[in-house]
Amino acid sequence: MTPFGSGLRALSIATVAAVAIAFSLVFFYAPLDADQGFIQKIFYLHVPLAITALVGFVIGGVFAILHLRSGDRRWDAYSYVSIHMSVIFGVAVLITGAIWAKASWGHWWVWDEPTLVSFLIVFLMYATYYPFRYAIEDRDRQARYASVFAIVAGAFVPLNFMAVRLAQSLVHPRVFATTNGGLPGSMMLTFLACLAAVALLWVTLVKLELTAKSASGQLKRLRRALDAPASGGGPRIAPEVS
Amino acid sequence: MDLLPIASPALPLDEAGKYVAGAYLVFLVLLLVYVSIMAAKLQRMERELRELAGFAENRANGEAVASTEREEVSA
Repeated sequence: MTPFGSGLRALSIATVAAVAIAFSLVFFYAPLDADQGFIQKIFYLHVPLAITALVGFVIGGVFAILHLRSGDRRWDAYSYVSIHMSVIFGVAVLITGAIWAKASWGHWWVWDEPTLVSFLIVFLMYATYYPFRYAIEDRDRQARYASVFAIVAGAFVPLNFMAVRLAQSLVHPRVFATTNGGLPGSMMLTFLACLAAVALLWVTLVKLELTAKSASGQLKRLRRALDAPASGGGPRIAPEVS
Repeated sequence: MDLLPIASPALPLDEAGKYVAGAYLVFLVLLLVYVSIMAAKLQRMERELRELAGFAENRANGEAVASTEREEVSA
């Protein structure tokens, strides 16, 4: 079985390079937006983070399907870590979005804006994943129920996205419009570079988290094999990978 | 012509600059917090591994002493 940590070093270096290139493009290549000016630079961070977080939630659901089909606990770990990382990215989306809203609209939050509220709903839904998961003590049941949650919630994400696109929003921009008003070439290139960098960061962090979980699981196995007394740290609630 | 565009970028660091810097700093801080948590986890694992290595060595030494004693008794 391939260890989780294989290729992590190369991936980390590629991520650092990609983030450096993407942010350089943001500040030294992409032109200033005619409407928003310098504030629009937040777009290159906020939107890739949002897309990556939402896709990460869906990926968590796909891994959950694989777990339920095969019964392999590795898929459950993949699903858990994907959702975990997407929730962290979700925090960044909400904070950067609030900063952008304050700079652009004069308010930290606008409650009648479907894009903002729908993302908050998705985020809060996934925030309940942790107490839901950890409320179940039996490990097999915990993994099964968490997978069902991840599939249902994962299916909700694209439905939610489509519903928001259909809504007639007044203030939130639609920059990937099919009709007039789309991004110009240099901005699109910068945006794609940022999206690739953020997606690469997500993959790297997921791999890092899985590697840490795997190492922790191996340590537990070693402790059991040696019949050594357990050290402090309390019971583990996240899925173990061995 | 500006020969040092990186050293002197035309960034309007006024009102808008604060918000942009804030957004990118939030991202950086979150990343640093995450990396710090992972570093703490790694330290804990290293400590546990050291404990286990010590435990295994002590047990191996104990078994070696016991087998020597058994050999002496049987001799």
